[in-house]
Amino acid sequence: MKTFKLGGVHPAANKLSDKAPIEVAAVPVVVAIPMAQNLGAPSKAIVAKGDKVKVGTPIGEPGGFVSSFVHSSVSGTVDKVDVVEDATGKKVPAVFIKVEGDEWLENIDRSTDIKREITLTKEEIIAKVKEMGIVGMGGATFPTQVKLMPPPTAKPQCVIINAVECEPYLTSDHSLMLAHPEEICIGVQILEKAMGVKKAYIGIEANKPDAIKLMTETAKKGYPEIEVVPLQLKYPQGGEKQLINAVIGAEVPSGGLPIATGALVQNVGTAFAVYEAVQKNKPLIERVVTVTGKSVAKPSNFLARIGVPIQQLIDAAGGIPEDAGKIISGGPMMGKAMPNTNSYMVKGCSGILIMKNDDARRKEASPCIRCAKCVHACPMGLQPNFLAKYAEKNMLDKCEEERIYDCIECGSCSFSCPANRPLLDWIRQGKPKVMGILRARAAEAKAKAEAAKAAAAAK
Amino acid sequence: MNVILLALGVLGVLGAIGSLVLYFVSKKFYVYEDPRVGQVEEVLPGANCGGCGFPGCHGMADACVKEKDASNSLGSLLCPVGGADCMAKVAGILGVEAGAAEPKLAVVRCNGNLECRPKLSTYDGVKSCAVAASTFAGETGCAFGCLGLGDCVKACTFDAIHMNPATGLPEVDEEKCVACGACAKACPKLVIEIRKKNAAKTPAVKRVWVSCINKDKGAVARKACSSACIGCGKCQKTCKFDAITVVNNVAYIDPEKCKACGMCVAECPTGAIHCTAAVQTVVEKLKAKKAADAAKAKEEAAKKAAEAAAAKAEAAKKAAEDAAAKAVDAVASKVEATKKAAEGAAAKAADVVASKVEATKKAAEGVAAKAADAVASKVEGVAAKATETAAKAAEATAKAAETAAKKVEEVATKVAETVAPKEK
Repeated sequence: MKTFKLGGVHPAANKLSDKAPIEVAAVPVVVAIPMAQNLGAPSKAIVAKGDKVKVGTPIGEPGGFVSSFVHSSVSGTVDKVDVVEDATGKKVPAVFIKVEGDEWLENIDRSTDIKREITLTKEEIIAKVKEMGIVGMGGATFPTQVKLMPPPTAKPQCVIINAVECEPYLTSDHSLMLAHPEEICIGVQILEKAMGVKKAYIGIEANKPDAIKLMTETAKKGYPEIEVVPLQLKYPQGGEKQLINAVIGAEVPSGGLPIATGALVQNVGTAFAVYEAVQKNKPLIERVVTVTGKSVAKPSNFLARIGVPIQQLIDAAGGIPEDAGKIISGGPMMGKAMPNTNSYMVKGCSGILIMKNDDARRKEASPCIRCAKCVHACPMGLQPNFLAKYAEKNMLDKCEEERIYDCIECGSCSFSCPANRPLLDWIRQGKPKVMGILRARAAEAKAKAEAAKAAAAAK
Repeated sequence: MNVILLALGVLGVLGAIGSLVLYFVSKKFYVYEDPRVGQVEEVLPGANCGGCGFPGCHGMADACVKEKDASNSLGSLLCPVGGADCMAKVAGILGVEAGAAEPKLAVVRCNGNLECRPKLSTYDGVKSCAVAASTFAGETGCAFGCLGLGDCVKACTFDAIHMNPATGLPEVDEEKCVACGACAKACPKLVIEIRKKNAAKTPAVKRVWVSCINKDKGAVARKACSSACIGCGKCQKTCKFDAITVVNNVAYIDPEKCKACGMCVAECPTGAIHCTAAVQTVVEKLKAKKAADAAKAKEEAAKKAAEAAAAKAEAAKKAAEDAAAKAVDAVASKVEATKKAAEGAAAKAADVVASKVEATKKAAEGVAAKAADAVASKVEGVAAKATETAAKAAEATAKAAETAAKKVEEVATKVAETVAPKEK
């Protein structure tokens, strides 16, 4: 079975909710939709107190090139544009809406009929994806329309769908595949058309045999260019670069973009959202989120509207258990521990994991003995023991030398360290500093080149 | 003898060649150095500790000369080991004013200790402020304040800042701090500021600063920490030296304009403005005076209020009496009018009823007569009964009319009755 070449670790999968079908979460009385739900610039609110909205009404417009639209997920009246806490407790602007009924915009097709014919052109698809506020649903929330417009040097060859879901505990992609296999395939075809390619792969980890079987059968029936690729169970198979390496055997160049290999990678949830946007005119207003944990009464997969209070979803799964230690937005490897449950559902939140106190507590760190388990585990071929030390000592030139900018922050190093050293925490301090230096250097070089050009032209 | 002479001669020639080579080399590779650098280095302690930030005492001497040439002063250069005396000597050699720079100090602008700023969650990560700051908004409700993990303590090379475990906040040792700025740079929240050590010309150290940088709205800040700056602006209004600005819901005292008079400290409702001990005594006096003034003012205000209240009571009483009299009159006239209207209505009703009774009687009689005829023409026995029943019907109708009339009268009387008690 295919897998990626370098590194990787094997955390316990704990897919407690993989048999739970998607449950539609109740619409609350008040929602708060944050304006910063994507990588890049936050969106700007375009509604004010007193405005009436329906499900699908745009309430936020892009704040820059790398930004996206935000739509109302409920019908009602805008109560205020104020701040809410995000998953890390930081205050961010959001639109509060008092819910009245459940009225959707008339042009949204709410029927469950599967629409197979793709009538839009490549440019129209990209415009539609932008208009409907689609972002990467794997958690990175990169605005999809930007990814569908790669730099002119890139030569797209294929689409790779990331249905790996390698994070332990999370099953939102799994349950989505079991519920909507054909819609996903049509979404993949829309992405193929947008990129102008004729081949697609869907990568699924081997611990989801039912999904592999269902997707393979569905593709065989009507979507022959889609190849379902079962992948060996190994974290972080769901990393974009690792997925490309496993599926087509290519390696993304150091410091480069994945599209350089010719592959456009999109999460399976994004493919489904693209189907709904293009075929049903439905903006991104809800998503499947897993609420799980060893002591959670009812580990579930909810179809939750954007802006629903996190506390409500936790209550629907049985409430916070007695022995809860950390409440994590995302999975245990790359998720963020929340200081409280005052935050609201956003486009990029694929799971809420409640970890028991004993499992969640960090252990005391001891000195590095150069065992190199972290080096063995790193899927990018880096040396985390050195990177962490250099970052801690602020030796940024050494960090750059050791390619800290290639780190995908997967956490395999911290996971494998027998001395419980906080490797990723320190690498996360050094990486943005080095990337800032690289950006400044590139900007300076560009400015110099332009000045030289201007001087040459003047002559 | 020849051997000795030869040996001497060879050595002499070698020595001469060597000295010539050395002479020319020393000339060719000569490094010019400002002689002042050597002079300054003489008076420096010679510890080569690097505490000044330069490589050894030679590096410091070099920097002093360069600074003198650039700004005709010693700028912020300070040898922490030699101290002010040493710098005075250096100044003397270079011919500049020593100690022209105002002594400064690191000031911690957060007073959210464990009591007034309760913790709402527990941080379980690396014990570093930089890491914690990039992980989440903090263990308390204030996302701006000190995280208490000691990056500033780690950064200080003069042993001048330490964590107080009772408060969870860092404290600066005034004697040891040389205001090098390492702690200010290390703090990811920018809580620490390098400020003037003494705002007054007195030997007693007088310094005032706002010990809060929370930019949230007042109510939100206060909820997170009971001694937060709520941006109320009372300090700004009080300051006679225009030294305080309130921007983004937080006050800031300009150390250049502040005269450490302490008035803002006395005004601050949350205790967010802190000061040194020398200022605190002044603040106590100000607060006492304020309290006394306030008490006096309260007394007078109470007196005035009492008088005003009494006058108001009088006026109100009068007004009430007048109003009462007016009301009585109004009600009385209304009673009259209502009575008249009721009587008129009753009379009308009685007439209407009477005429209706007449008409009904007549109609009944007519009907009865008709019926009697009809019946009489058909069967005589039934005709008799018919006339009887007809007559009875007429009587019943008449009775009904009478009771109706009676009822109208009753209603009229009731109306009159109800109007009468309304008088009361």
